Amino acid sequence: MHPVLKTVLQRLGLGLLTLFAVSIIIFSSLQMLPGGYAQNILGQGATPETVKNFNHELGLDRPAYVRYVEWIGNAVQGDFGNSYSGTTGTIKRSVSGIIGPRLYNTFFLASMAAIVAVPLSLLLGVLAALYRNSWYDRIVNSLTLTTIAMPEFFIAYLLMFFFAVKHRWFYTLSTVSESTPFWEHVSRASLPALTMTLVIIAHMMRMTRASIINLLASPYIEMAQLKGVSKSQVIIRHALPNAWAPIATVIAFNLAYLVVGVVVVEVVFVYPGVGQMMVDAVSSRDMPVVQACALIFAATYITLNLLADIVSIVTNPRLLHPK
Amino acid sequence: MANETKRVKGDVLLEIRGLKIEGQSDDQWKPIIKGLDLSLKRGEVLGLIGESGAGKSTLGLAGMGYARPGCRISAGSINFDGIDLIAATEDVKRGLWGSRIAYVAQSAAASFNPAHHLIDQTVETAVNHNIMPRDKAEADARDLYKRLQLPNPDTIGERFPHQVSGGQLQRAMTAMAMSCRPDLIIFDEPTTALDVTTQVEVLAAMRNIVDQFNTAAIYITHDLAVVAQMAHRIMVLRYGNLVEEAPTRAMLKQPTQEYTKSLWAVRKLQKPESSSDDIILSINAVDATYGGGTAKVLDNVSVKIPRGRTVAVVGESGSGKSTLARAVTGLLPPSKGEILFNGTALPAALANRQRDTLRRIQMIYQSADTALNPRQKVRDIIGRPLEFYLGLKGADRDRKVVELLESIELDESYIDRFPSEMSGGQKQRISIARALAAEPEVIICDEVTSALDQIVQEEILSLLMKLQKDTNVTYIFITHDIATVRAIADEIVVMHRGKVVQQGLKSKVLNPPYPAYTELLLSSVPEMDPDWLTNLLKKRKVTV
Amino acid sequence: MTNTTEPLRQIKARRTAFENITRTLKTAPLSAWFGMIVIAIYAFFAIFAPWLAPFAENDVIGKAYEQSSATSILGTDQIGRDLYSRLIYGARNTIGIALVTTLVSFLFGGSLGVLAALKRGWLDQGISRVVDAFLAIPVLIFALMMLAVVGKSVINLVVILALLDATRVFRLSRAVALNAVVMDYVESAKLRGEGMGWIVFKEIVPNILPPLITEFGLRFCFVFLTISALSFLGVGIQPPTADWGSMVAENKTLITFGNPAPLYPAAAIALLTVAVNFVVDWFLHKTSGLRDGK
Repeated sequence: MHPVLKTVLQRLGLGLLTLFAVSIIIFSSLQMLPGGYAQNILGQGATPETVKNFNHELGLDRPAYVRYVEWIGNAVQGDFGNSYSGTTGTIKRSVSGIIGPRLYNTFFLASMAAIVAVPLSLLLGVLAALYRNSWYDRIVNSLTLTTIAMPEFFIAYLLMFFFAVKHRWFYTLSTVSESTPFWEHVSRASLPALTMTLVIIAHMMRMTRASIINLLASPYIEMAQLKGVSKSQVIIRHALPNAWAPIATVIAFNLAYLVVGVVVVEVVFVYPGVGQMMVDAVSSRDMPVVQACALIFAATYITLNLLADIVSIVTNPRLLHPK
Repeated sequence: MANETKRVKGDVLLEIRGLKIEGQSDDQWKPIIKGLDLSLKRGEVLGLIGESGAGKSTLGLAGMGYARPGCRISAGSINFDGIDLIAATEDVKRGLWGSRIAYVAQSAAASFNPAHHLIDQTVETAVNHNIMPRDKAEADARDLYKRLQLPNPDTIGERFPHQVSGGQLQRAMTAMAMSCRPDLIIFDEPTTALDVTTQVEVLAAMRNIVDQFNTAAIYITHDLAVVAQMAHRIMVLRYGNLVEEAPTRAMLKQPTQEYTKSLWAVRKLQKPESSSDDIILSINAVDATYGGGTAKVLDNVSVKIPRGRTVAVVGESGSGKSTLARAVTGLLPPSKGEILFNGTALPAALANRQRDTLRRIQMIYQSADTALNPRQKVRDIIGRPLEFYLGLKGADRDRKVVELLESIELDESYIDRFPSEMSGGQKQRISIARALAAEPEVIICDEVTSALDQIVQEEILSLLMKLQKDTNVTYIFITHDIATVRAIADEIVVMHRGKVVQQGLKSKVLNPPYPAYTELLLSSVPEMDPDWLTNLLKKRKVTV
Repeated sequence: MTNTTEPLRQIKARRTAFENITRTLKTAPLSAWFGMIVIAIYAFFAIFAPWLAPFAENDVIGKAYEQSSATSILGTDQIGRDLYSRLIYGARNTIGIALVTTLVSFLFGGSLGVLAALKRGWLDQGISRVVDAFLAIPVLIFALMMLAVVGKSVINLVVILALLDATRVFRLSRAVALNAVVMDYVESAKLRGEGMGWIVFKEIVPNILPPLITEFGLRFCFVFLTISALSFLGVGIQPPTADWGSMVAENKTLITFGNPAPLYPAAAIALLTVAVNFVVDWFLHKTSGLRDGK
């Protein structure tokens, strides 16, 4: 088998294995509670009878492995069971039904931020690396360091305070629904997207700058200069073909960061996404929803890192052209 | 070649006057080159020789008008064929680089772009500077590969850098430098990373091609014997100053400066060999593998070490000589065979050995920088084995540390120093004292002088010999340097690919008749004779 | 003394530790000085909060959402407590909890990391694989999930975050310890027959301390920001404890009325992390000396 294919398959296998391990961690978090989940929810005063009923109602009285197989089997098909909240009545709300539209909203928001942030920060980061120690580089260094150090909600409220309250350029709250037209959705989501863009740009620029500087310090870059290769050719012919792997890593890392960043930003702007839903579910201890969200976030995270590794593998000349 | 005719030997090609270069460290500019003159004629090969920190690479690169990031040219002039390289713009220099002045770097593996075919990198300058059309440049590159005796010269260019060996890469880089038929090539330690047997081929190929095209060259190295083969004239540098400059033969015959003479020092040192039948350590049919794998790093190795003598274990990288040391110390338990120490079998693994057994076998490493804990003072470095093995404490311990310092010819003021506050040679002395503190019977010396400058090497070797005379300690001396072996060994073990090729007294191993590998190894070691390479090539052509 | 060669570089003159520190401080850039002063001020307020705050942590001094006045310079919060006093107490609570969490995480993750690097084999493999799985889940997401399971309390928060952060600390300390473990001086100690304790505490730990200290600064910022985020989301530090993250959440409605009050605690968080980052940045530059990959 070609080494590239072999390495890619190995990496895919490892990704699946990680996902499996993560699903077990997420699933078993519920078992870790001393006294059980039911006792904890119902309080110390609950009679064994009520606990038993509660457990039976939620199916918690069956062996853990049976429930795991059932849970993960359904999850793969997009079915995460029913929400606990609302189970008291006769109407059961399916987790997938709640998550579906919110997942679209979150994806919408993250894409808005990524479309602006990724190319911009790559460009600015490469420039900072090429003109390192210039005034541009120094200013950018201090600015990004400051931005990185700030909590997302601070940036969010600052933007809201100045651009939505003092100057009414944007909506303060990003309430959207399924019937919201596309461009109105864009406009309502623009302030949260801007917040995330700022955060991502800061992280990503610094990482891009560091990896490009690292690349330019390679002896073969000096060799290319000493061969009389022009500045632009040094970058295009000698640096770029070796830059895909580090750049892919930077992009994946930051998109993964975006996944976490949405939680806080969605809450600030009351944007109906998965993050906000997860926080609500945590407060009401609605475990099926919490676990579904955690699994979705973790899977996204793992997939992004997997993609970056695959880019590194397929652009590695040592693997592409084996001995 | 058409433009070859315009090269006339005799007129000056490169002229450097009063050059000063500074390097930045800790936000301060410190001098690296302290006012040097250099002049090079067309077709001439100039050797730049010096120890680490002499500024020879910096000077070589300055010959291209290039200063590495963090360095700056602060004074002087650099004139290349009528062009002022200090005043020249980047564009002017870029026009010269690759086409008229070319560079061959030390590490070919790192200096080739991993993402491109060799031939694309070879012809890049010729095509970019519009010197040749691409197809002509490629045909020329294949011709150069042939002249440099690369295997499969017609197809090797289609390979990627990681697909060819180090010696081949170094020749490919020479081809790349030669592609535009430059007036001047800077060779920056091009064979330092290679094994001696590989080095010979590369040296021969480089010398040959420089001769063929009558190219001027600056050859930078720390190895006098190597530069003697390559250069018409030699400049000896030290701390950014010129020590001595003379034509090669004159300098080898009659160096005038003390420092230059000292570069020969290790070769002068001679210990008369002496045999012994009292075997202290007997390695019997030992096999060893790494990571439980099937590839044997040691293959049926048997060696006898006589008491109070020095046994040198020589071989190239990958010969298994360092693995042998690891097997003796117990770091890598042998998969087969046994090791007898004073007649009784040593437990294979380190964990099963008695403290007193450990005490009797000590080890000194190649690099004192990694062998001494940078966070410990000399007091603790030498004091710990005293405390650990001999139970000495407090003032008794300190007194013994001072005694040991004196035996390695350092005074007691060193007791409160950290390793970072000492020179390389002093640190290696501390390593020796730490081994001595255990009052061992055997000391394994793993390449203990190869990281040191020539002059310091000799001091360390003399010290080791003196200590052997005083304490009758046995040395297992692992090295790749035949000159060192010649100086200090009683017996020699030659290793190649995990096997012992030969063991015997120095006089026997170093004199004919040789087994084939010993012959190849010994004949490949450059000698301080400008005709050595020529004679060797003649001889090999005859014998092959 | 027979060494006739001139040393390659100037041998450092002997200095005491104190001289070294003052010398290093003199060369500190402006940003590092700014950082150190800010950190000192925060520490001062955190330690002396009861003496510096005009009111107690939970004293109700007036009506809800009062504007700033002579008695209450920043006004009051949603149930009429003095914002300025709560801001000062918040320094103590928020920083204290984050510091404890980071310390626990370093003790736990750091020692496991060094142990894994030293022992290698199945122990290292085992811990590393488990940690890899945990690294595949973002900390905030995992913390949210665990808090949903075990319920919201400060103890739970500290334990969960410390454990999660310990996986990150494990990775780093294992990596730096691995660099130290392969050093010849460690091998030399093993050959001497030294026990595990000596090798860890005398040979390895002193050499990996500088990168670990730097990492401590960064991990503290991360933990501090995560705790603030969780508190802001309402699942971290619980009322009535004065805490900057919760204070932002409690008063967030004021923003829409053009009152910047919720921005103060948020700014307090930002300023401290910026300050720590500036100091860490300088320290990194100082200890590595090759920040630009030169």
